[in-house]
Amino acid sequence: MKQFLEGAQAIAKTVSLCKPAVISAYPITPQTHIVEEIATLIANGQLNAEFVNVESEHSAASCVLGAVASGVRAYSSTSSQGLLLMTEVLFNIAGMRLPVVMCCVNRAVSAPINIWNDQQDIMTVRDAGLILLFAENIQEACDLHIQAFKIAEDKDIMLPTIINIDGFILSHGYEPVEIPQQELVDKFLPEYNPPYKLDVNNPLTFGSLIGPEYYLETRYAIHETLNNEVKKKILDVAEEFTKIFARKSYGLFEEYKTQDAETIFVSMGSISGPIKDVVDELRYKQQKVGLLRIISYRPFPQEIVKVLSKAKKVIVIDKSISLGAQSPLYQDVVSSFYITLQSDAIKTLPKVVGYICGLGGRDVSKEEIFEIYQEKDFVSTKFVSVKQENLGSFI
Amino acid sequence: MIDEKILFTAGHTACAGCAQSLAARLVIDASGKNTIVVNNTGCLEVFSTGYPYTSWRVPFIHSLFENAGAVASGVESALNYLGLKNNINIIAQAGDGGFADIGLQAFSGLWERGHDILTICYDNEAYMNTGVQRSGTTPIGTNTTTSPVGKGSTGNLRWKKNLVDIALAHRCVYVATASVHLPVDLQNKVKKALKIKGPKFIHILSPCPLGWGSQPEDTIEVATLAVETGFWPLVEYENGILTKVRKYKQLKPIEEYLKLQKRFSHLLKEENKEILAMWKQKIQENIKKYQLLEE
Repeated sequence: MKQFLEGAQAIAKTVSLCKPAVISAYPITPQTHIVEEIATLIANGQLNAEFVNVESEHSAASCVLGAVASGVRAYSSTSSQGLLLMTEVLFNIAGMRLPVVMCCVNRAVSAPINIWNDQQDIMTVRDAGLILLFAENIQEACDLHIQAFKIAEDKDIMLPTIINIDGFILSHGYEPVEIPQQELVDKFLPEYNPPYKLDVNNPLTFGSLIGPEYYLETRYAIHETLNNEVKKKILDVAEEFTKIFARKSYGLFEEYKTQDAETIFVSMGSISGPIKDVVDELRYKQQKVGLLRIISYRPFPQEIVKVLSKAKKVIVIDKSISLGAQSPLYQDVVSSFYITLQSDAIKTLPKVVGYICGLGGRDVSKEEIFEIYQEKDFVSTKFVSVKQENLGSFI
Repeated sequence: MIDEKILFTAGHTACAGCAQSLAARLVIDASGKNTIVVNNTGCLEVFSTGYPYTSWRVPFIHSLFENAGAVASGVESALNYLGLKNNINIIAQAGDGGFADIGLQAFSGLWERGHDILTICYDNEAYMNTGVQRSGTTPIGTNTTTSPVGKGSTGNLRWKKNLVDIALAHRCVYVATASVHLPVDLQNKVKKALKIKGPKFIHILSPCPLGWGSQPEDTIEVATLAVETGFWPLVEYENGILTKVRKYKQLKPIEEYLKLQKRFSHLLKEENKEILAMWKQKIQENIKKYQLLEE
């Protein structure tokens, strides 16, 4: 039965079905509703877990690191500055191969301080060795949480996973959501039984000093795991999820009306909803348009080139930017094309254009997506809806 | 042959005369094999865990420079969840930089939340692992690479932070100081602390021949003089009340402590007598605060 729930509430209820032993977090908007709800579930005896109210996000990440290293499932959640404060801890968690699961409620990064949504925060830890998943809507945010534990905790993977949801749009928005039955989650998600942990009966040293003769291999191992085991596991888990919960899960990416499309949008997160609306309206007008929605940003599915290379034009929509270069998703798509071209797997390239929109919570209208679709010029890093009259004081 | 009872084994790469390696061994042997050690970045982690070797025969985790307080809180919460906490000790430890400076926030959080963890600071009064830079626990007038003595400088500008008082302000259930020249006293304090539930703190002075400019064979002598001159009082607090002080009939002159260490050699010169006077004043304060002299 579907319930009409706020995104944060729905996620908290879903996380509690995954039975984490330790939750640690620090307040930051727009993440806070998630851990408030989890704290309430614990207070009411609906979830048996330790809630550790730490004094910073750095400590929140460190606390779940310690908990997972001790052999239990742990969860945290953060946004923006909080994620940036966690940065070195997240690299550390990945390097120690500890399957922490977290939610990042994506928000703009200061200065200027801005609590609203974009996806700049998570790009700062893009290269940390994390599995990064993006949800389109509240239902998918919940479904990805259940899958994330299963992916992260696989004995051949053992890597931290962050589910990204757009701040306010998904965290504070309401949707009819299916919160699964506990029995189904139990059937799908086995108990956490790690291959290594802090155990007085089998003492191991975690976090050794490693010199040039071994360090490179630790990085190689994470990279190989992400590109092989993780990609395969994401697909397998999505298939199993679809079967057990009778609800479609897409795996690495979702294709929406791409089959004969001459123009394909590429996006991540909640903006994919309005883009699908635009695709539908254009299809109604006999325009051959589709959308490819990235769910797994890391590992990045270069396989998308197989789909995109059939189009004449690819439009990449980013909610973040690498200032002074291009935007992250655009760079990934372009480099995927170029690498595939050089390996002779494709012969020609479509035109790949890049747009940046929605930074700091600026609304992106369907009209703007239509305009992007209609633009004829080549652009690689075009900001959508820049107001010239607001620019004076900033240049 | 490795002695089964020794939980911190030989073969590590600490400098000759390192007091921290000695202190760490005394601590873990007192705590026993049912212990999980959480360690901040610093000399101890570097010289004892060079992959693929380790000196630790208990579970040991090093994460970052400043997060042992938080990692240990996570370990304790996990053990509580698993119902194992009553049988397992948790020690969260760091050098003075990792404890009093960059890691203080996480330790403050641990203490304030009241986790059942023994926290330990091995204090060698500067960042020795990176080459003797001053820290928040470097004494006044100390010559370090970032508080060098020169025409316009007499070394470090201010007195060290009082970590014991900081721990007491957090209502730690047990707070003590210790020194490596009294190993039984140090181990008794560890054992006593571990019997009390809640957040505990032991502050151990750890002479460092490299950073202090002392002879490796003088480490125990330097540690002894730190206590017997009144510079490093040995005290114990239980539930905030001063319950024990190691007292002396008479304290030795502070110059005896200073003269064994190159980092203080300038303090014994006439032109720096004002700094030396501050040391003597500090010792008078210690005598008064802790009643160091036998009546």
